[in-house]
Amino acid sequence: MNILVIGGGIAAQSLVEALRERDTTAQITMVCEEPRLPWDRVSLSHLLIDGNVDELQLRPSSWYEDHGVTVMTGRRVVFLDTTHNTARLDDDTVLSYDRCALATGSDALMPPIPGIDQKGVVAFRSPEDCTAIQAIADAGRPAAVIGGGLLGLEAARGIASRGAPVTVVHLMDRLMERQLDANAAALLAPAMVELDVEVLLGKSTETIVGNERGEVTGLKFTDGETLDAELVVVAIGIKSRTELAKAAGLDVGRGIKVDDKLQTSAPYVYAVGECAEHRGMVYGIVAPIHDQTQICADSILGASDAFYEGSILSAKLKIMGVDLVSIGSAEGSGATVEDRENRTYRKLIVENGKLTGAVLMGDTKGYELLLDRVKQGHDVLDALELLTEASKASAADLPDGAQVCNCNGVCKGDIVKAIQDHDLGSTAEVVARTRAGAGCGTCKPLVTEILLNVRGGKVDENTYLCACRKQTREEVAAVIREQGLESVSAVADACGTGRECGGCNPGLAYLVSEINENKHREERHARYINDRVHGNIQKDGTFSVVPRMKGGVTTSAELRRIADAADEFNIETIKVTGGQRIDLLGVKKEDLPAIWEKLDMPSGMAYAKSVRTVKTCVGTEHCRFGLGPSMQTGIELEGMLEGLHTPAKVKLGVTGCPRNCAEAYIKDIGLVAIEGGWEVYVGGAGGTVVRKGDLLCTVETKDEAIRASLIFLQHYRETADYKERTYDYMERFSLEEIQAVVFDEEEAPKLLERFHLAQAAAIKDPWLERRKPVVANQFSELDTEAPVFGMAPMAGDDEAELAGVVGPPPGAAMPAAVPAASGRFAVTYNTPTKDQA
Amino acid sequence: MTIPQTISAAATDLASDGWVRVASIDDLPLLEGRRTTIDGHRVAVFKLVDGLAAIDAVCPHKAGPLQDGLVADNCVTCPLHDRRIDLATGQVIGYEGAVHVHEVSQHGDDVWVRLSHAPLADTSAEADAERLVPGDAMSDPHSSVPDTL
Repeated sequence: MNILVIGGGIAAQSLVEALRERDTTAQITMVCEEPRLPWDRVSLSHLLIDGNVDELQLRPSSWYEDHGVTVMTGRRVVFLDTTHNTARLDDDTVLSYDRCALATGSDALMPPIPGIDQKGVVAFRSPEDCTAIQAIADAGRPAAVIGGGLLGLEAARGIASRGAPVTVVHLMDRLMERQLDANAAALLAPAMVELDVEVLLGKSTETIVGNERGEVTGLKFTDGETLDAELVVVAIGIKSRTELAKAAGLDVGRGIKVDDKLQTSAPYVYAVGECAEHRGMVYGIVAPIHDQTQICADSILGASDAFYEGSILSAKLKIMGVDLVSIGSAEGSGATVEDRENRTYRKLIVENGKLTGAVLMGDTKGYELLLDRVKQGHDVLDALELLTEASKASAADLPDGAQVCNCNGVCKGDIVKAIQDHDLGSTAEVVARTRAGAGCGTCKPLVTEILLNVRGGKVDENTYLCACRKQTREEVAAVIREQGLESVSAVADACGTGRECGGCNPGLAYLVSEINENKHREERHARYINDRVHGNIQKDGTFSVVPRMKGGVTTSAELRRIADAADEFNIETIKVTGGQRIDLLGVKKEDLPAIWEKLDMPSGMAYAKSVRTVKTCVGTEHCRFGLGPSMQTGIELEGMLEGLHTPAKVKLGVTGCPRNCAEAYIKDIGLVAIEGGWEVYVGGAGGTVVRKGDLLCTVETKDEAIRASLIFLQHYRETADYKERTYDYMERFSLEEIQAVVFDEEEAPKLLERFHLAQAAAIKDPWLERRKPVVANQFSELDTEAPVFGMAPMAGDDEAELAGVVGPPPGAAMPAAVPAASGRFAVTYNTPTKDQA
Repeated sequence: MTIPQTISAAATDLASDGWVRVASIDDLPLLEGRRTTIDGHRVAVFKLVDGLAAIDAVCPHKAGPLQDGLVADNCVTCPLHDRRIDLATGQVIGYEGAVHVHEVSQHGDDVWVRLSHAPLADTSAEADAERLVPGDAMSDPHSSVPDTL
């Protein structure tokens, strides 16, 4: 089936996604008039405060490729021929269709007030409007917003946030009269004034006054009063865009008329969103759009039992500091709880024993539950009790059908299913997969709550370093810096971090080490077992041993020692890893020091949140196609990074040509030799997520490529959340933001210097602790023993590293010679002495 | 069993009362656990900031070695799948299951443990724990432990 969607807004995107979910083979074409891919217009007010429209894009361009959706941006349909099922574009291209959906949206309603076409009078509808508003607001000139509804208030707050004096002028005697009752509106006005937004009620604008240059200077009201304004934003409502439908001969009222199957008066033509009129209603808010697109997708694909019966209106004011939602009707009686001191107002409206509406201000807890109850037309016996129930509602109480994200129409059931089906562990993952919370973001705390609920309290949350104390990495880092803290326990004493569940201790240990450039006081009890014994714990409690082989290059002597060690310690599995290393599996904890001694190779750090491996291909050294010395470059790079801890594991690759044999495109950092230089990719992934890295830069020499990698890595070390891989990090920031730092002439040398300081103090080979354990019985239990090897390592600097950087935690004395602890399990923990070899 | 000579006569009383000396206090690093074996039972002993704790060393979930877990707030977090176990009660937090909590005390520099055989609150967990403790079940816990969750 060939489906044409005319429009490029939220409705069009939502419909396309609904269609694609149901039918993976239909041919889908979108024609978007705006010169950009669909973006989140609901978040327009964010755009005014700060940010750019690219950040609001609903889906990345790759989504359209991946889902086989053809998008034509900056193109307009000028004529729709419903007899021949074709659409003509503004460049005279003619597209034919089997089914066509109109999602042409709306324009801002501009009333015929004299003077409305002067310079400085704008709507609040497009990114261009925002740019115009910002230009005048940033100059600090007085502004007026005509319209005291949802959009007008958001626009006014945006202008105020840029420092310009702003007044909302509203025709009615209270704000948001369609969504609020008089009591709630009476609380809202002073809340707006506190946000530096003046409010004028009951004012009808007679003329928009201007000067001789045609620039607006103010408003004149019907009562004769005036208001100075050099910017007038008109936000009184919307007007469906129906021209195309009218010209095609479709039935049009206020909007394009559709039946309960969202079908217009023409066969095979449908309409959704703000351009559509259903049972006399044109919906100007986002939630009903998703209801419509779901049904419309069913209708288009031929489902016979899908009917749209209208939506419950619900709206959220997206203004920081004013929590306000309304559901259904606001007028009527039911139950009201008002707390003037805390300025909260919560009201339920009950008609004929059924819940028909709610207004929640100051405290919006239970909104989703109430919305669901209104939608279900729930019987209410005791409204006050329901209100109390709602204020205590947690994620667990929500029915699966309750809509959590109104921007993207995502229900609790969808979120729960996604978490279970895809084993999602963090809010960021849930947002990425379900789109819940990807719009205005107000539902994100609830998404987290649902996640916690489904996962039984275990969430890999990046947002907080210490989830119990709700402390972010940045907050804790600031305390560490200000007070010069050098250990995990010092941080816990200073601000309680990690006191509750202790789950953040390893993250905290990293943060302390990073800020102190590895000259911190090490406390091994804050580390995972992997970092206490320098091996990766396996499901049976044994450990894996992976020696370092820089660049994946080894020698026959090393291989011989590995083979001998494997024999001597009865290694059950010897595995070549994806990072070009050799993994010896099934080593008992107490055998670790001895096997390391036998191997006589440094630790490959395959167990730690650290720089793991640099994978290489043979490059110009051997390859017929090589363009750069990838092996040598990888070995050099790995040498510079050895032993460095990072927020999450970092895997690198250096490949000698774009054939990508070393898979550099999907590494955290990947170097690719090209004709005449090198490309540096960052944020690649080949795990749960497969993501090609972002091209950080293209440089001429190997040294420049290494330098860029080091600077990026240090920036990542300093700003990523614990366990945040580079691919999430690159999504959280943007390539441009990262480039701005990494190539900043002042910042880059400082990052590089801090990198070198941290690297100089890092423990290059933790396996040398076999010769100088840092805590009692580091590698043994009370019922096992582990040998300690000759204490002085051959290389002098290794000794310095161990002695200078890592001290035993306070209270843990270095082990003394202990006599047999019990008859059966003698503990012979040896004090290292020079005599022992 | 042999009692080291340095232990006083009181220690002999302890031993006859079912106590076993498992370590010197200096054998235990602060806030880390170490495993010992008493009568075939694997026991994890922890040195906390304000005392000692001893519980079965085998996680009731998938037999993870509890002595290797992170210790905080009087709980240990299993290194395999992050189940948290209360060191005072033996209960797995947020899931069914429990481990034995054993008596532990310090006399001079010596750490003594006495096994508790009190029935566990959760019987299914007890069955698993009993089956796992003797012998070398650690080498393949999955063959003998059904996932109780």
